Amino acid sequence: MINAVGREIPDFLLTNGKEVYQGKNYMDGKYIQKASPRTRRYEKPQESKIVDSLVDALKACGAKSGMTFSFHHHLRDGDFVVNMVMKAAIEELGLDNLTIAASSLGSAHDPIADYIEQGKVVGIQTSGIRGRMGEVVSAGKLPTPAIIRSHGGRPRAIEGGEVHIDIAFIAAPTSDCVGNCRGIGGKSDCGSMGYAMTDAKYADHVVVVTDCLVDFPNMPASVEAIDVDAVVVVDSIGNPKKIASAAARISQNPRDLMMAENVAKVIASTPYFKDGFSFQTGVGGPSLAANLFLERYMDERKIKMGWAIGGICGPMVELLKKGKVGKVIDVQDFDLDAVRSINQTPNHFEMSASQYANPANKGAFVNKLDFVVLAALEIDTGFNVNVLTGSDGVLRGAPGGHPDTAAGSKVCIIVTPLVRGRMATVCEHVVTVTTPGDCVDVLVTDYGVAVNPLRPDLVECLDNAGIPHVSIEELKNKAYSLVGTPDDLQWEDKVVAVLEARDGTILDVVRKIKPYQLDG
Amino acid sequence: MIPRPRPERFRLRRTMMFMNAQKPGLIKDAYIYGCDSIMLDLEDAVAENQKDAARFSLYHALKTVDYGDTEVIVRINGLDTPHWQEDVRVCVAGGADGIRIAKCESAQDVKTVEAAVEAAEKEFGVEVGRTLLMAALESPKGIMNAYEICAASERMFGVAISGGDFRKCMQTTPQRDGVDMLVARGQMLIAARAAGIQCFDTVFTNLDDTEGFEAEVLQNKAMGFDGKSLINPKQIRFVHQVFAPTEKEIMQAEKILAAYREQSAAGVGVFTVDGKMIDIAFIPGAERTLKLARACGMWEGDLV
Amino acid sequence: MEIKKPAAAGTLESSDAQVMIEPGDGKIELSLQSSVMNQYGHQIKATILETLERLDVTSAKLTVVDKGALDCTLKARVECAVFRSCDASESNIPWGGAVR
Repeated sequence: MINAVGREIPDFLLTNGKEVYQGKNYMDGKYIQKASPRTRRYEKPQESKIVDSLVDALKACGAKSGMTFSFHHHLRDGDFVVNMVMKAAIEELGLDNLTIAASSLGSAHDPIADYIEQGKVVGIQTSGIRGRMGEVVSAGKLPTPAIIRSHGGRPRAIEGGEVHIDIAFIAAPTSDCVGNCRGIGGKSDCGSMGYAMTDAKYADHVVVVTDCLVDFPNMPASVEAIDVDAVVVVDSIGNPKKIASAAARISQNPRDLMMAENVAKVIASTPYFKDGFSFQTGVGGPSLAANLFLERYMDERKIKMGWAIGGICGPMVELLKKGKVGKVIDVQDFDLDAVRSINQTPNHFEMSASQYANPANKGAFVNKLDFVVLAALEIDTGFNVNVLTGSDGVLRGAPGGHPDTAAGSKVCIIVTPLVRGRMATVCEHVVTVTTPGDCVDVLVTDYGVAVNPLRPDLVECLDNAGIPHVSIEELKNKAYSLVGTPDDLQWEDKVVAVLEARDGTILDVVRKIKPYQLDG
Repeated sequence: MIPRPRPERFRLRRTMMFMNAQKPGLIKDAYIYGCDSIMLDLEDAVAENQKDAARFSLYHALKTVDYGDTEVIVRINGLDTPHWQEDVRVCVAGGADGIRIAKCESAQDVKTVEAAVEAAEKEFGVEVGRTLLMAALESPKGIMNAYEICAASERMFGVAISGGDFRKCMQTTPQRDGVDMLVARGQMLIAARAAGIQCFDTVFTNLDDTEGFEAEVLQNKAMGFDGKSLINPKQIRFVHQVFAPTEKEIMQAEKILAAYREQSAAGVGVFTVDGKMIDIAFIPGAERTLKLARACGMWEGDLV
Repeated sequence: MEIKKPAAAGTLESSDAQVMIEPGDGKIELSLQSSVMNQYGHQIKATILETLERLDVTSAKLTVVDKGALDCTLKARVECAVFRSCDASESNIPWGGAVR
């Protein structure tokens, strides 16, 4: 069946009430029956839930083959926990047929690729998928397609029971003996623990893995002891250098700065840019640099940012400390400045992934967001964005909060160079749709700006401000004139991954790539 | 093949940015930063054993990249090297707008290059006289011969000073107030004006010293330079700002030109504008101001 | 043109291509690796072969490692390697003729 962004979704995926994507806000007004976990009662007082090892924790939770384990990705590329847990489960306990439901997976998880090839891990549910794991999944080694969800879609799926988590493993920078966890105060700090919160509330069993045991009670707790079955203390939950980088620096690249300035110009031309406006930005070069130019407009017009959300890094913390933004609400910290600031700097708050971006609750933060500035691997003439598959068709990215912020915000701006090397960013059809075009408003490239025809109000804003813009077809033609029109990728029939839209409908599928034949 | 417009001897050259002809990743879209000219470099930026490769890259870059309104100049190797003749051939065949003669010391240097350019134009079927020339003065001798160099050919559109080599010869280092190059700059400016061509200042290489850069640009403008050589796109904006006409200058130029058109139609050659006596001598300056204003995006109109 | 000895041009930097050429066995043999193989593999091969044809090269062994070079860069690298293999790359290049 063809969905609202023109993608063919195989019928075999449309069972159990699964529908194809039908446009923004399709599920508005419908009802969701929330799932409830089956949890053990610990009525008899325990002094401590600490067990000796991960294997002991697995046994204590009744771990069996065929189960679904969940993880958060706050330790990013420095994470050790996913690998440690899977090794204990598969190699020491001999379990197989396991499904990993993580908020995201990355280059730190290459060893999981081996387990996939051995058939021990048979299901992957995640936002991001990179490195060897991406190659193995793209090569079709999983018996069922991987499920890719956004940061807002995952809590929706968990709360609604589409994903049943048997055991949630929560890597915690600090924990006390009964499982009150925090993201700061240890040796592998990550700051916000927003992606772990839904897991803790909805999994049947919860195991906390920490490398820094602290005194009871560890308050205020991001994950509460009332939800925790067992606590395991290990030498190290991750590599601190890869968890939070040293302060994210604003790009000096003239091209990034040029694009960032145009982003700020576009923002300042809209009526939403007034005192108390709200804002979110990614951490890529031009996205982050936009903060700098935006600040100048704020100073010029004597207005302040009311609040900012998202993944947070140093430059936003700077704005908070300078008093130029009222409140920062944080689902993930990218650098040490942000980690040190959360819950320490007044008005820097933590939030869960559900509060951030879940489309099925009664109103997440993204619903009130004015502006979001995002990047893209590809964007097509329908303004559909791809942040998941590379130009070779291999899985190597993550939707993250992209689809959620794009859908919720009043103005969604994508900033990206027109071409990257010999890759046209603006193209005829993206390899995979991860954010549908009806949520994307403005494209800013180093060769010009394009506005989605669905937003004539924004076209007028740019015209009034004297900001030149062209059609997205022109940008695509320019891109192809620079690098040549690419051949289409060749696919086999097998579906290796399913892209869920944030509301649970199916946005696109990724198939197995056909090996390339030069002389064919 | 992208056909290039005919090079103009007198045009806006506030910013002239150097680019390494050998770096494929950079040259394909250097012009998007909006500088007035780019200078593709076959000389110092290219290793001695890669001069041949640089020429092939240059030829194809000239023929396939769309530079829009940006002028394309090529810096060829010095006349004391075995490379310059083939450099001239590839520039002309590729359709470069102009050639920058490095280490120019005498009118003869200009004439030598001019002869080679003319021969190449004939060889490659290019309109004779199309390719422009500029000279880079890098030594005391060059500065001493500035006027004869500027006047040596109809193709000469401008002259520039190259600070790095020059300061070494003069045994001096960059000074905050520009006194190290003051006389050389002045002499070159006088020579350029006497010969009726444009004059450009040298590159400022310390990208971290914003204050020093801005001070130098302000001094360049005050001394009367037409533009400046740059090594990085982030330097472009400030130079364009400084070399832009002021609101007051624009309004004045508008008044003068409008009045002139009116008055000369009525047969009057001298008239007053705001109490000042204006005659035809003021017109080129007013036209230049408005053209510059238009290029800076500060003015639109049909007076010029 | 006849390939007299092995020669190379270009680098492995992003947006460049490294071209290595040596005398052939009476035909053109091309070994191509590219960072954008799936989408531009055919075009890259075509550009290389066309360039060799224009230079009248009928016998050669080429190894090309492409890092996303545009057509103009590919041509420049192939031409430079061919001329270097005949020690003819420093002067009297047929600009606009065989090289275009």
